[in-house]
Amino acid sequence: MIDDSRPIFLQIAEMIENDIVDGVLAEEAQVPSTNEFAAFHRINPATAAKGVNRLVDDGILYKKRGIGMFVAAGARSVLIGRRREDFYEQFLRPMAREACKLGIDNQQLLTMLGRVAATESDAPAAMEKEGVQ
Amino acid sequence: MSTAIVEVSNLSRVYRDVTALDGVSLTLERDKIYGLLGRNGAGKTTLMSILTAQGFASSGEVRVFGEHPYENEQVLSRLCFIRESQKYPDDFKPIHAFKAAALFYQNWDHALAAQLAQDFALPMKRRIKKLSRGQLSAVGVIIGLASRAELTFFDEPYLGLDAVARQLFYDRLLADYAEFPRTIVLSSHLIDEVANLLEHVIIIDQGRILVDDDADNIRGSAVSIAGPAHLVESFAAGRAVLHRESIGALLALTLDGALTAAERREAQELGLELAPVSLQQIVIRKTLDAGASLGSDGSFEDPTDIERKETQMGASR
Repeated sequence: MIDDSRPIFLQIAEMIENDIVDGVLAEEAQVPSTNEFAAFHRINPATAAKGVNRLVDDGILYKKRGIGMFVAAGARSVLIGRRREDFYEQFLRPMAREACKLGIDNQQLLTMLGRVAATESDAPAAMEKEGVQ
Repeated sequence: MSTAIVEVSNLSRVYRDVTALDGVSLTLERDKIYGLLGRNGAGKTTLMSILTAQGFASSGEVRVFGEHPYENEQVLSRLCFIRESQKYPDDFKPIHAFKAAALFYQNWDHALAAQLAQDFALPMKRRIKKLSRGQLSAVGVIIGLASRAELTFFDEPYLGLDAVARQLFYDRLLADYAEFPRTIVLSSHLIDEVANLLEHVIIIDQGRILVDDDADNIRGSAVSIAGPAHLVESFAAGRAVLHRESIGALLALTLDGALTAAERREAQELGLELAPVSLQQIVIRKTLDAGASLGSDGSFEDPTDIERKETQMGASR
């Protein structure tokens, strides 16, 4: 949902990116119109358009004149590539910092990561396990 | 591509010893939704009255659609001003008000007005005098939307409307604007409610323009940071502080200006807590800040008086 931390057009662009990465929006699929985004999120249509256009400029979406916006071929792998670059800064560093604060050493951290990886690869079983632990 | 439809330069309005507008210059562009924000008595209504030829300037230049608005049918037929407390003739019913609006506004959409009246559960055949405060506001909201004027001002249009009705107003405003883009100026105290609807924000305080910027530039233009006082102080050194609050050894500051990614990381590594600041909070901080720095004492004194007098002046025209 929209929050106050950053410009709304950036948040709209990120939501669309997330949907592409998650596969909710397939490549070559049509993206909702800016007016649909505006009505759904209750935001200014010009702001929604700015978010969408940012992705057009970026080559993630493309415009079919008179029809609408579509997800470009190859968009998903481009986005995943970028997310991987950010992964270290966004997730690993804060995690390592918190682990250090709590006195969790590297070995324990690795063990935990192994456990997470095991549960994530088998989602239904993971939910049961998490309930137990 | 963006065209100015309103140009104001160095506009002032003085009521005896009160300066309601003090050297205001601004431009409104076609097909944008503006928020005109500020405290009571800041000059919002005075400004809108002058732009709609319902009030007079003491000095300065005003151009609406490139012309002087006063007694100018060409200009006035293209704009709509919904006042906070619009007065209607004593025996008027909503149906009469809508018929009058239909005569005046060439883009008037009767079907939209009828639909909105139904949505707001407005009794069309009850005398306006007998309507509740919320129903009276609904009459204004409906006229403002159904007139589809190229330039529409809503001055605190929601008085007495409950949360559901206000949401209805915002949703219908967005939907109709999406279909029929036009310039809308929304003056509001309920900033959090309207913040996401606005493309551009003008904050006015004590008759002066304090902020005139795209809403998305303002969003994220301040950040709140909290933690142990000495760490917060050293992090904030050299930065403009909009607000400071402390409890025990903890200090929370609202800093003006966005943080860079590096600064964010630094704050996180120091264990400081970062939080976004809403548009409403930014307006509060900036207007309080301006009040303090101008060293005003008593200039907010009974400001509602001014706006009230003005409303009556406008209504009697």
